[in-house]
Amino acid sequence: MTVWEAVIGIETHVELSTESKMFCSCPADAEGEPNTACCPVCLALPGALPVPNGKAIEGILKIGLALDCDINESSIFYRKNYFYPDLPKNYQISQYTFPVCEHGHIEIDVDGASVRIGITRVHMEEDTGKSTHVGDGDGRIHGADHTLLDFNRAGIPLVEIVTEPDIRTSQEARAYGAELQRIVLALGVSDAKLEAGSMRFDVNVSVRPVGAKELGTRTETKNVNSLRSVQRTIDYEIDRQIKVLEAGGEVRLETRHWNENTGVTTSMRTKEESEDYRYFQDPDLLPLEVTPAWQSEIRSGLPELPAITRARLATLGADMIAAGVLADSSDLAALFEEAVEAGASGRAAGIWLTGEVVAYTRRSDVAVLETGLTGGRLAELTAMVEAGKLSSSAAKKVLIAVLEGEGSPEEIAESKELLQVSDITAIEAAIDHVLAENADAVDKIRGGDMKPFGFLVGQVMRQMGGRADPKVVRDLLTDRTAG
Amino acid sequence: MPVEIDIVKVAALARLALTEEELDTFGSQLGDILEHAERVQALPTDGVPPTSHPLPMVNAFREDVTAECLDRESFLRSAPDTAGGQFRVPRILA
Repeated sequence: MTVWEAVIGIETHVELSTESKMFCSCPADAEGEPNTACCPVCLALPGALPVPNGKAIEGILKIGLALDCDINESSIFYRKNYFYPDLPKNYQISQYTFPVCEHGHIEIDVDGASVRIGITRVHMEEDTGKSTHVGDGDGRIHGADHTLLDFNRAGIPLVEIVTEPDIRTSQEARAYGAELQRIVLALGVSDAKLEAGSMRFDVNVSVRPVGAKELGTRTETKNVNSLRSVQRTIDYEIDRQIKVLEAGGEVRLETRHWNENTGVTTSMRTKEESEDYRYFQDPDLLPLEVTPAWQSEIRSGLPELPAITRARLATLGADMIAAGVLADSSDLAALFEEAVEAGASGRAAGIWLTGEVVAYTRRSDVAVLETGLTGGRLAELTAMVEAGKLSSSAAKKVLIAVLEGEGSPEEIAESKELLQVSDITAIEAAIDHVLAENADAVDKIRGGDMKPFGFLVGQVMRQMGGRADPKVVRDLLTDRTAG
Repeated sequence: MPVEIDIVKVAALARLALTEEELDTFGSQLGDILEHAERVQALPTDGVPPTSHPLPMVNAFREDVTAECLDRESFLRSAPDTAGGQFRVPRILA
Protein backbone atom coordinates (compact mmCIF):
# COMPACT_ATOMS: atom_id res chain seq x y z
CA MET A 1 0.00 0.00 0.00
CA THR A 2 1.30 3.40 -0.97
CA VAL A 3 1.92 5.87 1.79
CA TRP A 4 1.22 9.38 0.53
CA GLU A 5 2.53 12.75 1.53
CA ALA A 6 1.08 16.11 0.67
CA VAL A 7 3.00 19.04 -0.75
CA ILE A 8 1.35 22.35 0.00
CA GLY A 9 2.09 25.92 -0.97
CA ILE A 10 0.04 28.96 -0.01
CA GLU A 11 -0.46 32.30 -1.72
CA THR A 12 -1.80 34.92 0.63
CA HIS A 13 -3.33 38.22 -0.42
CA VAL A 14 -3.26 41.03 2.10
CA GLU A 15 -5.06 44.32 1.50
CA LEU A 16 -3.03 47.16 2.96
CA SER A 17 -4.96 49.61 5.11
CA THR A 18 -3.87 52.81 3.42
CA GLU A 19 -6.10 55.87 3.15
CA SER A 20 -5.98 55.96 -0.64
CA LYS A 21 -5.73 53.35 -3.39
CA MET A 22 -2.50 51.95 -4.83
CA PHE A 23 -2.25 54.07 -7.95
CA CYS A 24 -4.82 56.84 -7.47
CA SER A 25 -6.28 59.07 -4.76
CA CYS A 26 -9.64 57.35 -4.39
CA PRO A 27 -10.31 56.22 -0.83
CA ALA A 28 -9.20 52.64 -0.25
CA ASP A 29 -12.61 51.73 1.08
CA ALA A 30 -14.70 49.13 -0.67
CA GLU A 31 -17.63 49.39 1.69
CA GLY A 32 -19.51 52.40 0.33
CA GLU A 33 -22.29 52.54 -2.24
CA PRO A 34 -21.15 50.75 -5.44
CA ASN A 35 -18.81 52.70 -7.70
CA THR A 36 -18.54 55.75 -5.45
CA ALA A 37 -14.76 55.38 -4.92
CA CYS A 38 -13.71 55.51 -8.57
CA CYS A 39 -11.75 57.92 -10.73
CA PRO A 40 -10.25 57.98 -14.24
CA VAL A 41 -7.22 55.94 -13.07
CA CYS A 42 -9.04 53.02 -11.42
CA LEU A 43 -11.68 53.06 -14.16
CA ALA A 44 -8.96 52.96 -16.82
CA LEU A 45 -10.25 55.98 -18.69
CA PRO A 46 -8.03 56.98 -21.61
CA GLY A 47 -5.00 59.04 -20.69
CA ALA A 48 -5.12 58.35 -16.96
CA LEU A 49 -1.74 57.76 -15.36
CA PRO A 50 -1.14 55.58 -12.28
CA VAL A 51 1.20 56.88 -9.55
CA PRO A 52 2.21 54.48 -6.74
CA ASN A 53 1.19 55.17 -3.15
CA GLY A 54 4.39 55.67 -1.11
CA LYS A 55 2.72 54.41 2.07
CA ALA A 56 1.84 51.12 0.37
CA ILE A 57 5.44 50.66 -0.72
CA GLU A 58 6.50 51.18 2.89
CA GLY A 59 3.91 48.57 3.88
CA ILE A 60 5.25 45.88 1.56
CA LEU A 61 8.82 46.64 2.65
CA LYS A 62 7.78 46.13 6.27
CA ILE A 63 6.19 42.79 5.41
CA GLY A 64 9.20 41.70 3.36
CA LEU A 65 11.69 42.61 6.07
CA ALA A 66 9.56 40.99 8.78
CA LEU A 67 9.63 37.78 6.71
CA ASP A 68 13.39 38.00 6.40
CA CYS A 69 13.29 38.57 2.65
CA ASP A 70 15.96 40.02 0.43
CA ILE A 71 14.73 43.33 -0.91
CA ASN A 72 15.45 43.86 -4.58
CA GLU A 73 17.18 47.17 -4.99
CA SER A 74 15.34 47.68 -8.23
CA SER A 75 11.90 46.24 -8.88
CA ILE A 76 9.43 46.67 -11.67
CA PHE A 77 5.68 46.79 -12.16
CA TYR A 78 4.18 44.51 -14.81
CA ARG A 79 0.83 44.24 -16.50
CA LYS A 80 -0.87 40.90 -15.97
CA ASN A 81 -3.29 40.58 -18.87
CA TYR A 82 -6.53 38.65 -18.62
CA PHE A 83 -10.13 38.81 -19.72
CA TYR A 84 -12.23 38.92 -16.59
CA PRO A 85 -14.01 42.22 -16.23
CA ASP A 86 -13.07 42.59 -12.53
CA LEU A 87 -10.55 45.27 -13.47
CA PRO A 88 -11.54 47.82 -16.10
CA LYS A 89 -8.06 47.98 -17.61
CA ASN A 90 -8.16 44.33 -18.81
CA TYR A 91 -4.95 43.88 -16.87
CA GLN A 92 -3.87 44.01 -13.28
CA ILE A 93 -0.81 45.98 -12.31
CA SER A 94 1.34 43.41 -10.55
CA GLN A 95 4.93 42.23 -10.49
CA TYR A 96 6.69 39.38 -12.29
CA THR A 97 10.45 39.20 -12.42
CA PHE A 98 12.05 41.45 -9.79
CA PRO A 99 9.28 41.59 -7.18
CA VAL A 100 9.94 43.91 -4.25
CA CYS A 101 10.91 41.04 -1.92
CA GLU A 102 12.23 37.49 -2.42
CA HIS A 103 13.74 34.55 -0.53
CA GLY A 104 12.33 34.97 2.96
CA HIS A 105 11.09 32.53 5.55
CA ILE A 106 8.82 32.21 8.52
CA GLU A 107 9.21 29.93 11.56
CA ILE A 108 6.08 28.28 12.84
CA ASP A 109 5.48 26.12 15.83
CA VAL A 110 3.59 22.86 15.30
CA ASP A 111 3.09 20.60 18.30
CA GLY A 112 6.11 22.11 20.00
CA ALA A 113 8.40 21.61 17.01
CA SER A 114 9.68 24.51 14.97
CA VAL A 115 9.04 24.29 11.20
CA ARG A 116 10.59 26.67 8.70
CA ILE A 117 8.46 27.68 5.71
CA GLY A 118 10.28 29.36 2.85
CA ILE A 119 8.82 32.52 1.32
CA THR A 120 9.42 32.59 -2.43
CA ARG A 121 8.36 36.15 -3.03
CA VAL A 122 6.32 39.07 -1.77
CA HIS A 123 5.02 41.35 -4.47
CA MET A 124 2.93 44.48 -4.84
CA GLU A 125 -0.26 44.58 -6.87
CA GLU A 126 -3.75 46.04 -6.87
CA ASP A 127 -7.00 44.43 -5.75
CA THR A 128 -9.77 43.74 -8.23
CA GLY A 129 -13.33 45.06 -8.22
CA LYS A 130 -16.19 43.12 -6.73
CA SER A 131 -18.19 40.91 -9.10
CA THR A 132 -21.69 39.82 -8.19
CA HIS A 133 -22.94 36.95 -10.30
CA VAL A 134 -26.68 37.23 -10.70
CA GLY A 135 -29.11 34.54 -11.70
CA ASP A 136 -29.15 30.84 -10.92
CA GLY A 137 -26.11 29.36 -9.25
CA ASP A 138 -26.12 30.91 -5.75
CA GLY A 139 -23.87 33.82 -6.64
CA ARG A 140 -21.32 31.43 -8.11
CA ILE A 141 -19.80 32.13 -11.45
CA HIS A 142 -21.28 29.02 -13.07
CA GLY A 143 -24.87 29.28 -14.07
CA ALA A 144 -24.98 33.03 -13.58
CA ASP A 145 -27.11 35.00 -15.96
CA HIS A 146 -25.09 38.19 -15.83
CA THR A 147 -22.56 39.91 -13.61
CA LEU A 148 -22.65 43.24 -11.75
CA LEU A 149 -19.41 45.12 -11.22
CA ASP A 150 -18.49 47.47 -8.40
CA PHE A 151 -15.04 48.99 -8.78
CA ASN A 152 -14.68 50.50 -5.30
CA ARG A 153 -12.21 47.75 -4.39
CA ALA A 154 -10.40 47.94 -7.73
CA GLY A 155 -6.98 49.40 -7.07
CA ILE A 156 -6.77 48.92 -3.30
CA PRO A 157 -3.13 48.06 -2.49
CA LEU A 158 -2.68 44.31 -2.33
CA VAL A 159 0.40 42.40 -1.23
CA GLU A 160 0.80 38.80 -2.35
CA ILE A 161 2.94 36.50 -0.23
CA VAL A 162 3.93 33.20 -1.85
CA THR A 163 5.44 30.27 0.05
CA GLU A 164 7.74 27.59 -1.20
CA PRO A 165 6.01 24.18 -1.39
CA ASP A 166 7.43 23.49 2.09
CA ILE A 167 4.19 22.75 3.90
CA ARG A 168 3.35 19.08 4.47
CA THR A 169 0.20 19.01 6.60
CA SER A 170 -3.01 20.98 6.96
CA GLN A 171 -2.00 21.73 10.52
CA GLU A 172 1.24 23.36 9.37
CA ALA A 173 -0.72 25.32 6.78
CA ARG A 174 -3.06 26.63 9.45
CA ALA A 175 -0.17 27.50 11.77
CA TYR A 176 1.51 29.34 8.87
CA GLY A 177 -1.65 31.34 8.13
CA ALA A 178 -2.09 32.22 11.79
CA GLU A 179 1.52 33.34 12.23
CA LEU A 180 1.44 35.39 9.02
CA GLN A 181 -1.74 37.09 10.23
CA ARG A 182 -0.08 37.87 13.59
CA ILE A 183 2.94 39.36 11.84
CA VAL A 184 0.82 41.52 9.53
CA LEU A 185 -1.23 42.72 12.51
CA ALA A 186 1.90 43.48 14.55
CA LEU A 187 3.26 45.53 11.64
CA GLY A 188 0.00 47.51 11.54
CA VAL A 189 -0.07 47.47 7.73
CA SER A 190 -3.44 45.74 7.34
CA ASP A 191 -6.43 44.88 9.46
CA ALA A 192 -5.93 41.30 8.13
CA LYS A 193 -9.59 40.43 8.63
CA LEU A 194 -10.13 36.99 7.16
CA GLU A 195 -13.91 37.14 7.34
CA ALA A 196 -13.94 40.50 5.56
CA GLY A 197 -11.54 39.33 2.86
CA SER A 198 -8.74 41.79 3.64
CA MET A 199 -6.56 38.70 4.08
CA ARG A 200 -7.29 35.59 2.00
CA PHE A 201 -5.57 32.39 1.00
CA ASP A 202 -5.11 30.43 -2.23
CA VAL A 203 -4.08 26.89 -1.35
CA ASN A 204 -2.04 24.70 -3.71
CA VAL A 205 -2.12 21.01 -2.88
CA SER A 206 -0.60 17.94 -4.51
CA VAL A 207 0.17 14.47 -3.19
CA ARG A 208 2.96 12.03 -3.98
CA PRO A 209 4.17 8.71 -2.61
CA VAL A 210 6.44 9.30 0.38
CA GLY A 211 10.01 9.38 -0.84
CA ALA A 212 9.14 10.43 -4.40
CA LYS A 213 11.21 13.31 -5.73
CA GLU A 214 8.77 14.51 -8.36
CA LEU A 215 5.77 16.59 -7.44
CA GLY A 216 2.28 15.36 -8.18
CA THR A 217 -0.20 17.44 -10.19
CA ARG A 218 -1.53 20.22 -8.01
CA THR A 219 -4.89 21.87 -7.63
CA GLU A 220 -5.40 25.42 -6.48
CA THR A 221 -8.30 26.32 -4.21
CA LYS A 222 -8.87 30.04 -4.31
CA ASN A 223 -10.04 32.63 -1.77
CA VAL A 224 -10.26 30.47 1.31
CA ASN A 225 -11.17 32.94 4.00
CA SER A 226 -10.68 31.40 7.41
CA LEU A 227 -7.88 29.47 9.07
CA ARG A 228 -10.25 26.65 9.84
CA SER A 229 -11.26 26.47 6.18
CA VAL A 230 -7.60 26.40 5.12
CA GLN A 231 -7.18 23.29 7.23
CA ARG A 232 -10.43 21.69 6.07
CA THR A 233 -9.81 22.49 2.38
CA ILE A 234 -6.41 20.84 2.52
CA ASP A 235 -7.67 17.78 4.40
CA TYR A 236 -10.40 17.42 1.81
CA GLU A 237 -8.06 17.88 -1.18
CA ILE A 238 -5.45 15.44 0.15
CA ASP A 239 -8.12 12.86 0.72
CA ARG A 240 -9.76 13.44 -2.68
CA GLN A 241 -6.49 13.31 -4.62
CA ILE A 242 -5.34 10.11 -2.91
CA LYS A 243 -8.68 8.48 -3.73
CA VAL A 244 -8.42 9.56 -7.38
CA LEU A 245 -4.88 8.21 -7.67
CA GLU A 246 -5.57 4.97 -5.84
CA ALA A 247 -8.52 4.33 -8.15
CA GLY A 248 -6.05 4.60 -11.04
CA GLY A 249 -7.18 8.08 -12.08
CA GLU A 250 -5.26 11.29 -12.64
CA VAL A 251 -5.43 14.54 -10.69
CA ARG A 252 -6.25 17.37 -13.06
CA LEU A 253 -4.42 20.67 -12.94
CA GLU A 254 -7.30 22.93 -12.05
CA THR A 255 -8.69 25.70 -9.94
CA ARG A 256 -11.17 24.57 -7.32
CA HIS A 257 -13.69 26.28 -5.14
CA TRP A 258 -14.14 25.59 -1.42
CA ASN A 259 -17.72 25.44 -0.26
CA GLU A 260 -17.88 26.25 3.43
CA ASN A 261 -21.36 24.79 3.84
CA THR A 262 -20.82 21.39 2.22
CA GLY A 263 -17.17 21.06 3.26
CA VAL A 264 -16.05 19.97 -0.21
CA THR A 265 -14.06 21.53 -3.03
CA THR A 266 -15.48 21.53 -6.55
CA SER A 267 -13.82 22.16 -9.89
CA MET A 268 -14.06 25.77 -11.07
CA ARG A 269 -12.01 25.67 -14.23
CA THR A 270 -9.21 23.60 -15.68
CA LYS A 271 -6.01 25.38 -16.39
CA GLU A 272 -5.86 24.40 -20.04
CA GLU A 273 -2.37 25.14 -21.31
CA SER A 274 -0.70 26.91 -18.44
CA GLU A 275 -2.30 30.32 -18.12
CA ASP A 276 -0.64 32.88 -20.30
CA TYR A 277 -1.03 36.27 -18.75
CA ARG A 278 1.36 37.84 -21.26
CA TYR A 279 3.15 39.79 -18.56
CA PHE A 280 5.02 42.82 -19.75
CA GLN A 281 6.54 45.81 -18.02
CA ASP A 282 4.06 48.59 -17.40
CA PRO A 283 5.38 51.57 -19.35
CA ASP A 284 3.28 53.92 -17.21
CA LEU A 285 5.24 53.15 -14.06
CA LEU A 286 8.84 53.91 -13.19
CA PRO A 287 11.11 51.32 -11.61
CA LEU A 288 11.02 51.14 -7.85
CA GLU A 289 14.41 51.61 -6.26
CA VAL A 290 14.91 50.65 -2.64
CA THR A 291 18.29 51.90 -1.47
CA PRO A 292 20.06 50.17 1.43
CA ALA A 293 19.49 53.38 3.41
CA TRP A 294 15.73 53.21 2.87
CA GLN A 295 15.78 49.53 3.82
CA SER A 296 17.56 50.16 7.09
CA GLU A 297 15.23 53.05 7.87
CA ILE A 298 12.22 50.73 7.48
CA ARG A 299 13.98 47.94 9.35
CA SER A 300 14.76 50.14 12.34
CA GLY A 301 11.12 51.21 12.49
CA LEU A 302 9.78 47.64 12.65
CA PRO A 303 7.88 46.78 15.82
CA GLU A 304 8.74 43.72 17.88
CA LEU A 305 7.56 40.67 15.93
CA PRO A 306 5.25 38.09 17.53
CA ALA A 307 7.87 35.33 17.76
CA ILE A 308 10.22 37.67 19.62
CA THR A 309 7.39 38.86 21.87
CA ARG A 310 6.49 35.27 22.76
CA ALA A 311 10.10 34.40 23.55
CA ARG A 312 10.49 37.51 25.70
CA LEU A 313 7.26 36.86 27.62
CA ALA A 314 8.44 33.29 28.18
CA THR A 315 11.72 34.52 29.65
CA LEU A 316 9.63 36.64 32.05
CA GLY A 317 8.09 33.40 33.29
CA ALA A 318 4.93 32.91 31.22
CA ASP A 319 4.43 29.31 30.12
CA MET A 320 4.41 28.74 26.34
CA ILE A 321 0.64 28.65 26.01
CA ALA A 322 0.18 31.82 28.04
CA ALA A 323 3.01 33.52 26.14
CA GLY A 324 1.19 32.78 22.87
CA VAL A 325 -2.10 34.22 24.09
CA LEU A 326 -0.45 37.28 25.65
CA ALA A 327 1.62 38.01 22.53
CA ASP A 328 -1.56 38.14 20.45
CA SER A 329 -2.89 41.02 22.53
CA SER A 330 -0.67 44.00 23.11
CA ASP A 331 -2.95 45.10 25.98
CA LEU A 332 -2.65 41.78 27.82
CA ALA A 333 1.09 41.66 27.14
CA ALA A 334 1.53 45.15 28.57
CA LEU A 335 -0.43 44.24 31.72
CA PHE A 336 1.64 41.11 32.08
CA GLU A 337 4.89 43.03 31.87
CA GLU A 338 3.67 45.67 34.35
CA ALA A 339 2.67 42.91 36.75
CA VAL A 340 6.03 41.16 36.50
CA GLU A 341 7.80 44.48 36.94
CA ALA A 342 5.72 45.06 40.07
CA GLY A 343 6.99 41.75 41.44
CA ALA A 344 4.45 39.16 40.27
CA SER A 345 5.70 35.72 39.25
CA GLY A 346 5.44 35.49 35.46
CA ARG A 347 3.89 32.08 35.66
CA ALA A 348 1.09 33.13 38.01
CA ALA A 349 0.45 36.44 36.21
CA GLY A 350 0.30 34.59 32.87
CA ILE A 351 -2.18 32.05 34.15
CA TRP A 352 -4.48 34.67 35.73
CA LEU A 353 -4.40 36.92 32.66
CA THR A 354 -4.99 34.24 30.06
CA GLY A 355 -7.50 32.37 32.22
CA GLU A 356 -9.80 34.38 34.47
CA VAL A 357 -9.10 37.79 32.94
CA VAL A 358 -9.65 36.75 29.32
CA ALA A 359 -12.77 34.82 30.34
CA TYR A 360 -14.10 37.89 32.16
CA THR A 361 -13.49 40.28 29.25
CA ARG A 362 -15.23 37.87 26.86
CA ARG A 363 -18.14 37.33 29.19
CA SER A 364 -18.64 41.03 29.85
CA ASP A 365 -17.57 42.09 26.35
CA VAL A 366 -15.18 44.75 27.62
CA ALA A 367 -11.62 45.55 26.65
CA VAL A 368 -9.14 44.65 29.37
CA LEU A 369 -7.97 48.28 29.49
CA GLU A 370 -11.50 49.35 30.44
CA THR A 371 -11.50 47.16 33.53
CA GLY A 372 -10.10 48.12 36.94
CA LEU A 373 -7.16 45.74 36.54
CA THR A 374 -3.62 47.13 36.47
CA GLY A 375 -0.29 45.36 36.48
CA GLY A 376 0.27 46.57 40.03
CA ARG A 377 -3.05 45.15 41.24
CA LEU A 378 -2.37 41.82 39.57
CA ALA A 379 1.02 41.70 41.30
CA GLU A 380 -0.68 42.50 44.60
CA LEU A 381 -3.16 39.67 44.06
CA THR A 382 -0.52 37.08 43.19
CA ALA A 383 1.53 38.18 46.21
CA MET A 384 -1.50 37.70 48.48
CA VAL A 385 -2.06 34.20 47.12
CA GLU A 386 1.58 33.33 47.58
CA ALA A 387 1.59 34.66 51.14
CA GLY A 388 -1.40 32.49 51.94
CA LYS A 389 -3.64 35.49 52.53
CA LEU A 390 -6.10 34.39 49.84
CA SER A 391 -7.31 30.93 48.97
CA SER A 392 -7.50 30.31 45.24
CA SER A 393 -11.28 30.54 45.24
CA ALA A 394 -11.15 33.77 47.27
CA ALA A 395 -8.52 35.11 44.86
CA LYS A 396 -10.91 34.56 41.94
CA LYS A 397 -13.62 36.52 43.73
CA VAL A 398 -11.17 39.31 44.49
CA LEU A 399 -9.95 39.40 40.89
CA ILE A 400 -13.48 39.70 39.52
CA ALA A 401 -14.13 42.59 41.92
CA VAL A 402 -10.87 44.25 40.84
CA LEU A 403 -11.94 43.87 37.20
CA GLU A 404 -15.31 45.38 38.11
CA GLY A 405 -13.43 48.42 39.40
CA GLU A 406 -14.14 47.93 43.09
CA GLY A 407 -10.63 48.77 44.19
CA SER A 408 -7.33 47.12 45.03
CA PRO A 409 -7.10 43.43 46.01
CA GLU A 410 -6.21 44.31 49.62
CA GLU A 411 -9.19 46.65 49.95
CA ILE A 412 -11.58 44.20 48.36
CA ALA A 413 -10.36 41.19 50.35
CA GLU A 414 -10.71 43.25 53.50
CA SER A 415 -14.18 44.60 52.78
CA LYS A 416 -15.54 41.30 51.52
CA GLU A 417 -13.92 39.45 54.43
CA LEU A 418 -12.09 37.10 52.11
CA LEU A 419 -8.70 37.31 53.77
CA GLN A 420 -7.37 34.01 54.89
CA VAL A 421 -6.51 33.96 58.56
CA SER A 422 -2.96 32.83 59.09
CA ASP A 423 -3.00 34.30 62.58
CA ILE A 424 -2.07 31.26 64.64
CA THR A 425 -3.74 32.51 67.83
CA ALA A 426 -7.14 32.74 66.16
CA ILE A 427 -6.78 29.32 64.54
CA GLU A 428 -5.54 27.77 67.82
CA ALA A 429 -8.59 29.15 69.61
CA ALA A 430 -10.83 27.53 67.00
CA ILE A 431 -8.92 24.27 67.31
CA ASP A 432 -9.29 24.36 71.11
CA HIS A 433 -13.01 24.73 70.68
CA VAL A 434 -13.33 21.92 68.12
CA LEU A 435 -11.13 19.48 70.05
CA ALA A 436 -13.07 20.10 73.25
CA GLU A 437 -16.31 19.22 71.49
CA ASN A 438 -14.91 16.15 69.72
CA ALA A 439 -12.87 14.35 72.35
CA ASP A 440 -13.87 10.94 70.93
CA ALA A 441 -12.46 11.85 67.50
CA VAL A 442 -9.19 12.84 69.11
CA ASP A 443 -9.06 9.53 70.97
CA LYS A 444 -9.57 7.60 67.72
CA ILE A 445 -6.76 9.50 66.00
CA ARG A 446 -4.44 8.91 68.89
CA GLY A 447 -5.45 5.26 68.68
CA GLY A 448 -4.13 5.22 65.09
CA ASP A 449 -7.46 5.72 63.22
CA MET A 450 -6.87 8.79 61.00
CA LYS A 451 -10.40 8.79 59.60
CA PRO A 452 -11.78 11.60 61.78
CA PHE A 453 -8.85 13.92 60.93
CA GLY A 454 -10.49 15.35 57.84
CA PHE A 455 -13.66 15.88 59.80
CA LEU A 456 -11.74 17.90 62.41
CA VAL A 457 -10.11 20.04 59.70
CA GLY A 458 -13.56 20.73 58.28
CA GLN A 459 -14.89 21.69 61.69
CA VAL A 460 -12.04 24.13 62.29
CA MET A 461 -12.48 25.67 58.84
CA ARG A 462 -16.15 26.06 59.58
CA GLN A 463 -15.39 27.67 62.91
CA MET A 464 -13.12 30.10 61.02
CA GLY A 465 -15.82 30.97 58.52
CA GLY A 466 -13.79 29.31 55.76
CA ARG A 467 -11.05 31.90 55.98
CA ALA A 468 -8.29 29.93 57.65
CA ASP A 469 -5.37 28.73 55.58
CA PRO A 470 -6.15 25.00 55.33
CA LYS A 471 -2.47 24.13 55.34
CA VAL A 472 -1.89 25.96 58.61
CA VAL A 473 -4.97 24.27 60.10
CA ARG A 474 -3.70 20.83 59.11
CA ASP A 475 -0.25 21.46 60.50
CA LEU A 476 -1.57 22.72 63.82
CA LEU A 477 -4.13 19.91 64.09
CA THR A 478 -1.48 17.31 63.37
CA ASP A 479 0.58 18.66 66.27
CA ARG A 480 -2.37 18.84 68.62
CA THR A 481 -3.73 15.38 67.90
CA ALA A 482 -0.35 13.68 68.08
CA GLY A 483 -0.11 11.19 70.89
CA MET B 1 14.97 35.88 -41.94
CA PRO B 2 11.36 36.33 -40.84
CA VAL B 3 10.69 34.68 -37.49
CA GLU B 4 8.09 31.89 -37.36
CA ILE B 5 5.39 32.50 -34.79
CA ASP B 6 2.29 30.59 -33.75
CA ILE B 7 -0.10 33.29 -34.89
CA VAL B 8 -3.17 31.14 -34.18
CA LYS B 9 -2.17 30.86 -30.51
CA VAL B 10 -1.35 34.54 -30.27
CA ALA B 11 -4.75 35.43 -31.74
CA ALA B 12 -6.48 33.06 -29.31
CA LEU B 13 -4.67 34.65 -26.35
CA ALA B 14 -5.89 38.06 -27.47
CA ARG B 15 -9.42 36.65 -28.06
CA LEU B 16 -9.28 37.73 -31.70
CA ALA B 17 -11.24 35.82 -34.34
CA LEU B 18 -9.13 36.27 -37.46
CA THR B 19 -9.70 35.06 -41.01
CA GLU B 20 -7.09 32.90 -42.75
CA GLU B 21 -6.06 35.93 -44.71
CA GLU B 22 -5.66 38.07 -41.60
CA LEU B 23 -3.69 35.32 -39.90
CA ASP B 24 -1.25 35.38 -42.83
CA THR B 25 -0.95 39.15 -42.89
CA PHE B 26 -0.55 39.65 -39.14
CA GLY B 27 1.64 36.56 -38.83
CA SER B 28 4.19 37.91 -41.26
CA GLN B 29 3.97 41.45 -39.85
CA LEU B 30 4.57 40.22 -36.29
CA GLY B 31 7.35 38.03 -37.66
CA ASP B 32 9.03 41.12 -39.08
CA ILE B 33 8.82 42.84 -35.70
CA LEU B 34 10.37 39.87 -33.97
CA GLU B 35 13.07 39.73 -36.62
CA HIS B 36 13.90 43.34 -35.83
CA ALA B 37 14.06 42.47 -32.13
CA GLU B 38 16.42 39.60 -32.93
CA ARG B 39 18.75 41.95 -34.75
CA VAL B 40 18.78 44.29 -31.76
CA GLN B 41 19.45 41.34 -29.48
CA ALA B 42 22.45 40.37 -31.56
CA LEU B 43 24.19 43.67 -30.75
CA PRO B 44 27.11 43.46 -28.34
CA THR B 45 25.76 44.84 -25.05
CA ASP B 46 28.49 43.80 -22.63
CA GLY B 47 28.80 46.53 -20.03
CA VAL B 48 25.44 48.10 -20.89
CA PRO B 49 23.16 48.03 -17.85
CA PRO B 50 19.68 46.53 -18.43
CA THR B 51 17.06 49.17 -19.13
CA SER B 52 13.45 48.66 -18.20
CA HIS B 53 12.39 52.22 -18.87
CA PRO B 54 13.65 54.93 -21.21
CA LEU B 55 13.49 57.65 -18.52
CA PRO B 56 16.41 58.17 -16.15
CA MET B 57 14.02 58.36 -13.20
CA VAL B 58 12.89 56.06 -10.38
CA ASN B 59 10.49 56.22 -7.43
CA ALA B 60 7.73 58.61 -8.41
CA PHE B 61 5.40 58.27 -5.42
CA ARG B 62 2.17 59.81 -4.30
CA GLU B 63 1.36 60.92 -0.74
CA ASP B 64 -1.24 58.66 0.82
CA VAL B 65 -4.07 61.20 0.74
CA THR B 66 -7.49 60.91 -0.79
CA ALA B 67 -9.06 63.22 -3.33
CA GLU B 68 -12.49 63.66 -4.80
CA CYS B 69 -13.84 60.74 -6.85
CA LEU B 70 -16.03 60.88 -9.93
CA ASP B 71 -19.78 61.09 -9.63
CA ARG B 72 -20.81 57.61 -10.71
CA GLU B 73 -23.59 58.84 -12.96
CA SER B 74 -20.95 60.60 -15.04
CA PHE B 75 -19.26 57.33 -16.05
CA LEU B 76 -22.12 54.84 -15.75
CA ARG B 77 -23.79 56.92 -18.45
CA SER B 78 -21.18 55.62 -20.92
CA ALA B 79 -21.67 51.95 -19.97
CA PRO B 80 -23.61 49.68 -22.33
CA ASP B 81 -25.68 48.43 -19.42
CA THR B 82 -26.01 49.21 -15.71
CA ALA B 83 -28.09 48.08 -12.73
CA GLY B 84 -28.27 49.50 -9.21
CA GLY B 85 -25.25 51.77 -9.63
CA GLN B 86 -23.14 48.92 -11.05
CA PHE B 87 -21.85 47.96 -14.46
CA ARG B 88 -23.84 45.06 -15.84
CA VAL B 89 -21.95 42.67 -18.09
CA PRO B 90 -22.77 39.34 -19.76
CA ARG B 91 -21.98 36.24 -17.73
CA ILE B 92 -18.27 35.55 -17.55
CA LEU B 93 -18.17 31.77 -17.94
CA ALA B 94 -20.57 29.54 -19.81
